[in-house]
Amino acid sequence: MEARIRILLLTGAVALAGCASTRTATESPGPSATGDGARESTSVITPEVERREVKPPRIDTENWEVGAYVGSLSVEDFEVNIVYGGRLAYHISEDFFAEGIYGTADAGISSYERLSGSAPLLTDSERKFKYYSLGFGWNVLPGEVFLGGERAYNSAVYLTAGVGNTTFAGDDRFTVTLGAGARVLIKDWLAAHLDVRDHILEVDVVGTNKQTHNFEATISLSAFF
Amino acid sequence: MRQALLMLLLLAAPFAAQAAEAPPVTVTVADPFLELHTGPGRGYPITQVVPRDEQVDVLKRRTDWFKVRDARGREGWVHISQMAATLTPSGAPLPIDDPSREQFGEHRREIGVLAGDFEGANVITIYGAYAFNPHLAAELRVSQLLGSFSDGQMFAAGLSHVFRPDWRVQPFVSIGTGALRISPKGTLVQTPDRTDQLAYVGAGFKAYLARRFILRGEYNKYVVFTSRDDNEEADEWKLGFAFFF
Repeated sequence: MEARIRILLLTGAVALAGCASTRTATESPGPSATGDGARESTSVITPEVERREVKPPRIDTENWEVGAYVGSLSVEDFEVNIVYGGRLAYHISEDFFAEGIYGTADAGISSYERLSGSAPLLTDSERKFKYYSLGFGWNVLPGEVFLGGERAYNSAVYLTAGVGNTTFAGDDRFTVTLGAGARVLIKDWLAAHLDVRDHILEVDVVGTNKQTHNFEATISLSAFF
Repeated sequence: MRQALLMLLLLAAPFAAQAAEAPPVTVTVADPFLELHTGPGRGYPITQVVPRDEQVDVLKRRTDWFKVRDARGREGWVHISQMAATLTPSGAPLPIDDPSREQFGEHRREIGVLAGDFEGANVITIYGAYAFNPHLAAELRVSQLLGSFSDGQMFAAGLSHVFRPDWRVQPFVSIGTGALRISPKGTLVQTPDRTDQLAYVGAGFKAYLARRFILRGEYNKYVVFTSRDDNEEADEWKLGFAFFF
């Protein structure tokens, strides 16, 4: 009884499939007839719409900034020396940016070494002052600067704070770097900076472990990309 | 060092060249008018306006500000809130990548810097994470340890699990393994460097601040598998910032 009902229903389904191209009847005993019917009807109703490729417009974003700097670094007890460095920054918003800096300088001779005439405290390789710092900056005073009456350049005075490492006197030393700087945009993508930073670290070369402040003043050029 | 600087500049050069080649995107003003500021910041004065239905070329974007040029060649910076109401040539609103609170928790990648204390030593960590789904992410961490008696480097890989990716402050737990290299300071003790395997479990939070910006704090408990009889345990607290993208 049940089998007969099933056959009846299936036959009905096959007939329907021919007209409405429903694919529910694929289990039916007459697949060839159903298949042909389905193919014919799909070709009738398939709309031929050309798909248009809509590409989202690519706007050039310039949030990254890469630059190089040169200046003088006062290594506490070890004279003032030329420092070179590089800087990479990411501008998060108009107010804040993240930055990483890396710099290197050769420390000079301490007055103790010069006056006592004793053996040098440090070897040449230990006299290398290398640091990196990762931190954040805040554009505290954004504005414009004017050159004569015709030219105006966007500028900002910013404060920075970071943590990092300094390799000096044969050891790695945890360093906190605080700074302030001014940036003037010569072009939209080119900026000139004037920076002052203080690298605060502990040094144990001169007998006791003491906190040293190593001030640095640099000028730099950077490009936005 | 000078070579390094040159390299940096050379690396930057192709980006500048690319920027010059890309054709500008043209949009139509749909708001009553578009306000052009003299600089990319809310404090810069508005010196020009572009009325409705006029077209402007979008030259570049910096943070939330877009530099545009109108048909008469006037240039200025427009805020993202007004750019969102402009139309592309196809008539659709200009699609703008505006990282927001909604994307936090859905994000795939995360990079950050943390600083803190590792068993009395200062620690600086750079980490990167890749999320398989909103809950589970793989993490790589590279740390530098700066102590009074010894320095070290640590490298670890692990998994982290976020319980509620829909919350603004997301608690997470993490587990992983890696290696720790300890170098005692030369001036104090003369023991050789040693490298040991370690494992950690941790817990922490990620809090959404603004844009792509996360505040992250975490505590980790380390077990260092030394070659001596006892394993060493270490506690670590860290706080820092991260970006997601």
